[in-house]
This record gives sequence, structure tokens and C-alpha cells, in this order.
Amino acid sequence: MTLAATAATATAPLAAAHTHGFLSPTGVEISFLLVGLVTFGAALVTVATKQLVHAALWLVVALGGIAVEYLLLTAEFIAWVQVLIYVGSVVVLLLFGLMLTKAPIGRSPDADSGNRWAALTVAVAAAAALVWVVVDAFRATWTDLDGPAAGSTAVTGASLFQNWVLPFEALSVLLLAALVGAIVLSRKSKAESSSPPVNSRPATGSSPSVPDSRNHTIGRKGAVEGNGPAAPNNPTEQEGAR
Amino acid sequence: MTTTTLAVLVPLLPFLGAAAGLLLGRTAPGFVRPLAVLPTLAALALAAIVAVRQGGHASIDSAAELTPTGSVPIELALHIDGFAALVAVLVCFVATCVQIYSTGYLRDDPRYPSYAALVSLFTSAMLLVVYSGDLIVLLVGWEVMGICSYFLVGHYWETPEARAASMKAFLVTKLGDVPFLIGLFALATDAGSFRITKVLDTVASGGLHHPTLIALLLLAGVAGKSAQFPLHTWLPDAMAGPTPVSALIHAATMVAAGVYFVARLLPVFEASSAAMVVLAVMAAVTMAGSGLAALAQDDIKRVLAYSTIGQLGYMTGALAVGDRGAAVFHLLSHGAFKALLFLAAGVIIHASGTNSLAAMSRMGNLRARVPDAFWTMTVALLALAAIPPFSGFFSKESVLGAAEHAATEHTSHIPGAAGWIVLVAGVLTALLTAAYATRLWLLAFHGKGVEAPDHGRQPVVMNAVLWVLAVPSLALGGLAYRVLPDWFDGRDLTPTLTTSVLGTGVALVGGIVTYGAWRHTTALAARAPMGAVAAHPEGDAGLVEAEAIASHTPAYGDVASAADPADPGRLLLGPLHRHAATGFHLDAVYGALFVRPVLAAASLVRFLDREVVDTYVQGAGTLPRLLGAAVRRAQTGNLQTYVSALLAGTVVLTVAVLLVATGA
Amino acid sequence: MHLVYPAVLAALLFCTGLYGVLARRNAILVLMSVELMLNAVNLNLVAFDVWLSRTAEDKLHSGQALTLFTIAIAAAEIGIGLAIVLAVYRARGTSDIDKLRDTAEGHETDGPDSDPAGSDGNEPPAAEKAEATA
Repeated sequence: MTLAATAATATAPLAAAHTHGFLSPTGVEISFLLVGLVTFGAALVTVATKQLVHAALWLVVALGGIAVEYLLLTAEFIAWVQVLIYVGSVVVLLLFGLMLTKAPIGRSPDADSGNRWAALTVAVAAAAALVWVVVDAFRATWTDLDGPAAGSTAVTGASLFQNWVLPFEALSVLLLAALVGAIVLSRKSKAESSSPPVNSRPATGSSPSVPDSRNHTIGRKGAVEGNGPAAPNNPTEQEGAR
Repeated sequence: MTTTTLAVLVPLLPFLGAAAGLLLGRTAPGFVRPLAVLPTLAALALAAIVAVRQGGHASIDSAAELTPTGSVPIELALHIDGFAALVAVLVCFVATCVQIYSTGYLRDDPRYPSYAALVSLFTSAMLLVVYSGDLIVLLVGWEVMGICSYFLVGHYWETPEARAASMKAFLVTKLGDVPFLIGLFALATDAGSFRITKVLDTVASGGLHHPTLIALLLLAGVAGKSAQFPLHTWLPDAMAGPTPVSALIHAATMVAAGVYFVARLLPVFEASSAAMVVLAVMAAVTMAGSGLAALAQDDIKRVLAYSTIGQLGYMTGALAVGDRGAAVFHLLSHGAFKALLFLAAGVIIHASGTNSLAAMSRMGNLRARVPDAFWTMTVALLALAAIPPFSGFFSKESVLGAAEHAATEHTSHIPGAAGWIVLVAGVLTALLTAAYATRLWLLAFHGKGVEAPDHGRQPVVMNAVLWVLAVPSLALGGLAYRVLPDWFDGRDLTPTLTTSVLGTGVALVGGIVTYGAWRHTTALAARAPMGAVAAHPEGDAGLVEAEAIASHTPAYGDVASAADPADPGRLLLGPLHRHAATGFHLDAVYGALFVRPVLAAASLVRFLDREVVDTYVQGAGTLPRLLGAAVRRAQTGNLQTYVSALLAGTVVLTVAVLLVATGA
Repeated sequence: MHLVYPAVLAALLFCTGLYGVLARRNAILVLMSVELMLNAVNLNLVAFDVWLSRTAEDKLHSGQALTLFTIAIAAAEIGIGLAIVLAVYRARGTSDIDKLRDTAEGHETDGPDSDPAGSDGNEPPAAEKAEATA
């Protein structure tokens, strides 16, 4: 179905496609290919490396590579947004997260779970299927990158504030909600830390019989754990959830 | 009231008494005894009135169809001829005596209310059988009798003997009842009706298509109920019940029902000479075999039980030679004197504290302890041995006379062979009967040794009943043999000279020989002391009897016989004694033929059920459990595994959709 | 430019992210892999937007607008995700995904609580530090 649909849309430029040689890459294509290889390689290292901080740094390379690809696709605004948000903030956040969770610096031999072979199988199969489909569908489709940039700041801004104002504003609400949620999740509630461990026992009811040596910690952890699932709601509901 | 109404009341009264007794037994114990005795007594009076009004004339027939039932109608019908009227009187008479006797015999029995009610119910069922003019209604009474017998034999259900005996009695009689039921259906199909009168009309007009088959099927039921060879084995064991029950059910009435049934439908049997020969052979084997077995028994009641079988053999023998008048005559006199014998035996068991003849023969002065029982039992034993002028003589001679008549004179429908078989066996049995009667009398009343323990005076009601029963035992035959032909078929019942001399002669010979043997062996008694008496002499007779039955096997090694060298029967029978004591191993044969295969089949079924069927059942449970365990293993709680499986499925589905979409 | 290049690159990046999500033990690494997957989608969006704006004269630029939204949502997602990971870490003393098995069948007997006691025994000070830094 997908193939048929995409093939139908691809029939229109098919006549123009004949002007391009199939194996006569232009300079843009070569650049795209090289940067793509670097991006892909960095992505592979990101998911394969044993050093957690290195993974974050390789992620920077991969995301930056993607930003370059955006530039090559003439979507310059998005490229800068990508650099600003991903490379600038997301990766920093991730690094913070790694540090806050005491991620080991250096090689950690157990970075991959026991699921890796199943994961590899699924990933390779998915990649094969996707690449096959994409190549089969778009092997005769070219994009003409000449002319005015499709994603310059002006064009994007005009589009955004002409056609996409309402979603844009709704997005700001979403971001606000995420902001509040993140704060609620991360902060340490006064009521919880002051409540005695006995009171928070029901929150850990799923493990009723644990040895005494761990009762105390579990109880204290349980207070936070009880917080976890209920946290996306606002803080007043938090008390009800417990 | 019309005769019909009275006749309906006769079985109805004991039934109502039984129902009331069962309902009130617990709540109002004071009513139990009147409720047991009075309805039976009233039924006796009514039955007597019915008999007088019927008077041996044309039979009273009355029928009411309750509801249409299909092709062959079933009706509530009365058919009262001379046989029915007199047998009903006998049943009511013996039942009344037994009920009165039981009030003394089971004085302290906690289960007396249910016992009395069951006896009443039995009486009602027997009267229904006697009066019924419809074969299906007769069958109802027949089966109710069977179930009452089952319950009453098992009255002392604390003892294993009683439990086994009741089960055996039930199963063996049912074994006969199944062919009996089929025979009834076949008969009704041929006759187009269950009414006895219509059946007899059909037979008279030659409308019966399968006379031999029907007669043989019916004979199976008769043999089961009347304890004829080869289905007689339940009767000696049924002596594990209380003595009054043995007297009523297993001597006087229920076992006579088979004979009575054949007498009612004799033309059906006469339609097949093969059936008559079978009947004759059955009677002869039963008579002779039971006489020999009775001579070897140690339990006084088992002696009487085998005696009952033998006397029933006489009745079937009379039927086999086509003389139902003689058969019912013997039924009547036998009912009286055999009931007396049993009831007297109950008194003796109570007085001596044992049911073993070997033990009694080592007790001195038992005769003086129970003079009433001694004298009445003497009368009854003389009647049993057919010594003139006691009633047994006349009835037995009428049987022998009929057999001689059939043997010597050619008749149209009675095979001469049947006559000869019955005559020879009858004379032989007369010898044996006199022998075991003498043995019983000598061993029970002429023992020498220490005096029996004092069990107190016998209740007056028990002794009174003995004397009441002694009257017909003494006089019924002599008074009745001229009158009865008017009530019956009109065939002469007067004893013929030849058979009288022959029968009385062999009886005397049997008695004298036994006496001689006893004189020879009685000296041995002192040298071989043995015996055991009941532990509770102060208890009522029922308790003493139950203990005596329960202790017989541990004391003497066998429920039927005792290793007593002073037993004249042992000397008389010689090497045959061992076989006769066990009833000629018929129980062992049945055990090998039926019981063991059935048990083996049961264990096979058990094996199949436990090992084969259960395996499938458990497999049906185990397979889902294993599957469940396998599925459980997938629930690791590892989210990555879940998502991997999810995405793998997605990939597979996507590829499948793609392949289908591209037509690959 | 041949459209296959960005499409294939996007597919490969997506599957790389997929592998990371399924294979990584640390929850933050899983979040990184999720970012990779989101970026692969973004690349696809941009590439097809450019293609459509040229060939179909599409002036709406829905692809690029969606990309911006996706980036914003991804930023929100990474914030919330990290907050959750931190909360879990404080509660359990670990951010390893394969130790969070509360939904396992027979959880009481072989759940995370009965995992080697040594790791748990070492955790309490670490947890308290985590709380302190948070």
C-alpha cells in the first residue's frame, strides 16, 4: 500500500528523473553521503560504546552531523535549532543526568543488557526492511536543491506564524507542563522526607516481606517511589496518590 | 361393606400401620406396639371375613384402571379365589403372631419401631401379592417384599454376617427377578393384558406363543424368591436376621410367594411340558440337597432354613405334577408349623444363649427351662416329619399322592417323568426330613451336661404365640383335607394308602436311625466339651440372638457347622457331612463363577479409571499448566524484552504486508 | 539530490536508535537512543518537506514545522525522562532498566528486591547522596 502510494506520487517527477544519471552524484550528494557516514558511525558508537560519557559525546557528533545534513538540505533554520537545542541543551541535560545517577566514568562492562542479541536481531531486521522499502519506493526520486532555500529563517518563520500559530502556542503550554512536571519529579517533598517510614510502608506493599536490614532503606526509598508514578499530576494530587 | 372393599382394606391396613409406625416411631414410642399389632390383627379379621364370604365359590374379580398406560393396560385389580383367600388368612395369621411375638422378642431393641413398621409393610406387600389380579401390581408387592426382606435380614447390621446376608439375599433374589420381569412382559405381550384372568383365558384358548420361554423366565424369579435350587443360597444366610423375621418372611410367607405365584398361573406352566420337567428337577434337587444339608448344620436356625427350602421343594414338586391344590395345602400347613418352629427356636436361643446345636447338646435340662417351647416344637417337628395325625402329614401326603398320580397314570399335560422324579425325591426327602427333625429335637432338648445359664422367664406373649400356632400345626391337616378341595380346584387331597404307608414308613425309619446314631454318639459329647453362650443373659431375646450369631464363627470356626464329634448327623452322613455343611459348596462355586469375575472386572475398571482415564484427565490439566509455566517465563518484567518482542512482531507484520501488497 | 540518501540515512539512524533502546542497560543511554530515533524522524521530515516544496509547490512547510515541534517535544521529553530516571534512581538506587522488574510474574520471589544483596547494601549512602545533589 505504502509502496503503491509513494510510487504514485513518484510518477510525476519520473520524467524529470531521466535527466539525472543514476550513478552520477553531484557535489551535494557526495557531501551528504560523507557527513551521513560520519553521523551514522557516531550514532553506532553512541549505542555501542562501553563508556557512558563517551556515548553522550558521540551523540553530540551524531546530532551535529544531522544538523549539517539539514544545512545540506537547505533547511538552515532547523539546522541551527538543532544545534542550539540538541547539541546545546539536550546533551548537557543528559550529561547532568549521567552525573546525577552516579554513572561510572570509564569503561563499564555491563553497559549492555542481556537483551542485546535480540535487540540486534530486531534492529537489523528493521533496518533491512526499512532500507529495502525506502530504496524500492524512492529509487527514481530526485530533489532539486537549486533555487531559493526551502528552509531559510524567513521562509520558516513566515510559515510558522502564518499557518502554524495555534499549534505553536499550544506547544508552549506543553513545554510549560513539562517544565512543571520535571520540577515536581525531581524535587524532594518536605512531607515525604519528614513522614516516618512506617507510614510509607503501604506504598511498598508489593514487597511485604523483606528482611529487616533493608526495611529502613526500602521505606525511605518507598517514599520517593510512591512519588514517582503520581508525580506527573500536580502536587496536591500527590498526597491523594499516596 | 362389600367383599371387595374389605379385600382392599386387607393390604391397606398394614400399609397404613407401617406408614404411621415409621412416622411416629421416634416421636411417640408408646404408639409403636399398638400400631404394629392392631392393623395386622384387623387385617386378619378382614381376611377371614373375605375368606368366609368368598367361601370357595366363584372368584371375586374387580378392576379399576387408574390411567391409560399404552398398549397393555395396567389395572388395580383384585382376583380372589379360594387360594388367595386362604393364603391371605395364613399371611395375616402368621404376621399377627409374629408381631405379637416381636413385642416380647425385641422388647428392648432401640430399632424396634422401624422393625415393626417394616414387618407391617412386608405384610401389606405380601397381601398385595396374594390378592392382586394384575401382574404388574403383583410385581410391586413382590419387589416391596424383597426390599423389606433386605432391611429385616440386616436388622443386626452391627454384625458382618447380617450385612453380608442382607446384601446376598437382595442380590440373589434380584438375579431371579430380572428374568421374572422379562417373563412377565413376554407373558403380557402374548396375552395382551397383565390381568391374571385374561392371561389364564389366553392360555386356555391356546393363545400363548412362547410358553416354554415365558415359563422358564418366570421360573427364575420363582426360584429366587422361593429359594429353590440353584438360587436358594441366600436363605440359610438370611438366618442372620431376627428370628421372628425368619419365621414370617423366610419360612411362612415370602418364600411361599413364588409357589403361590406358580399356583396362580399354573396353566401357563402347564402349557410347556419342558417347564414342568424343569420344575420337577428343580424341586427334586432342592428337596434332597436341602435335606442332606439340614442334617449337617449346627446353627438351629440354619437347620430350619434348609428345612424350609426342602418343604418349598415339596410345594414346587406338587406344582410340577400339576396339583396346585396340594401345593397350596402344603403351603398353608407348612406356614403354620414352620412359623412355630422358628418362633420356638427363638425362645430356645434366648433360653440357652446360643444358636449352636452342639452347645445345646451339652446343656442339661433345657427342656424343663422352656416347657412351652419344648412341647410346641415337638408338635411342629412331628408335623414337619409328616407323622400322622399332624398337619404336615396330610399336606405332604397330598403332594406325594399327586406325584404318584402323575407318575402312574398318564395325564395329558403332565409328563410322567416329572411325576416319578417328584415321587422318588419326595420319599427320599421324607426320610431325610424325619432324620434332621429327630436330630434337632434330640440335640436341642436331650442334652447332657451342665445346666444352661438362667436367662429368666420367657415373655408370656412369646409362649402364648407358640401355643396359638401349635393348634393349626396339630390339627389343620386333619380338619382341612376334606374341606379344602371345595376352595381349591376340587382335586381330592385325601392321603392315598400307598404313599401314606411309604412316607410314614420312611419317616419312621429316618427317625429311628437318627435316634440310634444319637445314642451311639451322645457318649462322645462329654469328652469333647465345646460351646459358647451369649454374654448378656439379661438382655432381650434379640440381643442374645445377635450375639449368638456374631459369636458362632469365632467359636466354632464356621457360620454353619461345628466340629462336633457327638453330632449324629456326622455319623449318618459320613464323608458327605463336610460337603453338606457348606451347602455342597454352591457358594464357593458362585464365588468362583460370579463373584470373583465381578471383583476382577471391578478392579479392572478401577485400574482403568485410576490409571488410564485419570491419566487423560490429569494430562488435560498438566498440559495447560505446562503451557502456563512456559508463558510465565516470558513475563520477566524486563521492559526491553517486551519491546523487543513487540517490535519484532511489528517488523514481521510489516514485511508480511509488504510482501502481500507487492504481490510477492 | 537523490531522495534515497536522506531516507536511507534516516532509516539507519532510526534502527541504530532502536538497537540502543533495546540493548542499553542504563536508562540515560536509552534516552540518548530515543533522541537518535527522534532525529532520524526529523531528518525524514525535513528531507520530504524539501522535496515536496520543490516538486508539489507546497507552501505550507508542514514538514519543517513538524520538525520544530518534534524538537520542542523532544526537549520536553528529555526533561521529563531525566526527571523520572532521577526519581527511580533515588527510589531504587539504580537506573538500570533490567532491574526494574516490578511487573514480572512471581515478582515477590525473584523481583528486583531479591537481587544480589550486595548491590542493595551499597546503595543507601549513594541514594542519600543522590538525594542531596537533587
